[in-house]
Amino acid sequence: MRLTCPLCGDRDRREFYYYGAEDYLHRPVEGAPVADWDNYLHLRDNPAGVTKDLWYHEAGCSQWLLVTRNTVTHEISAVELVAERKA
Amino acid sequence: MPELIAKSALEGRSSTSGTVTLAEVAVGPITSIAVFPGGAKAVAKGLKTLGLAMPEPNSFAEKKGARIVWTGRDQAFLIGVAPPVLEGAAVTDQSDGWAVLSVSGAGVADVLARWVPIDLRLAAFPVGRAVRTQLNHMNVVILRVGDHAFEVMVFRSMARTAWHEVETAMHMVAARLGTKI
Repeated sequence: MRLTCPLCGDRDRREFYYYGAEDYLHRPVEGAPVADWDNYLHLRDNPAGVTKDLWYHEAGCSQWLLVTRNTVTHEISAVELVAERKA
Repeated sequence: MPELIAKSALEGRSSTSGTVTLAEVAVGPITSIAVFPGGAKAVAKGLKTLGLAMPEPNSFAEKKGARIVWTGRDQAFLIGVAPPVLEGAAVTDQSDGWAVLSVSGAGVADVLARWVPIDLRLAAFPVGRAVRTQLNHMNVVILRVGDHAFEVMVFRSMARTAWHEVETAMHMVAARLGTKI
């Protein structure tokens, strides 16, 4: 597996660290209902198809990346910088 | 105040195996420039006094003994000179935190390719390119300073390990070519 870092370019899997689902980017606001926190912390989809998750380019530019990939075909369709994403 | 003497990590040693030479280089002061949001203009103005600018990703530039190396998003290392007055950025002295290895000679890319997971051939990695990647499991900054010459910046605490790794690769490549070590 290879990821094309928006800053560093095409790099090997070993340079990256997997963090988890994109859900971690959508933290509930303070005082949100318990159900929202439960969802944020514990409930994850397990799609056969397109999924988005977070990777850390630890051996490169030290940026968090939002990776769109397909769990069936292994196609990686997008790699974006979390720091520059539109909220 | 006692007079403290700065020592380099590898005491300036050098080693040759086959056609490739490994040596520690003294690069002078290393200053990290981390641009604050909205600080780009002020930083550009400060660097202009040295004839430099913030480098594009994966590159470095040189001017009159001063070198500026891309090290991350909105971040660069200024090497070889004292930093100018820079508004708009966090400026920190990193000089003692790094060791710089020069690896040069014909076939140098074959040596580094034993540890580095990127394409180091001249066509893919031309002179003036600087990347952050790994040397075995150590995080490094690799600069191509000549057709057959690289400089590898490594954390000082890992300097001797990096030296050992590169030297081992040099021996193995030399042995494969049938060169007497």
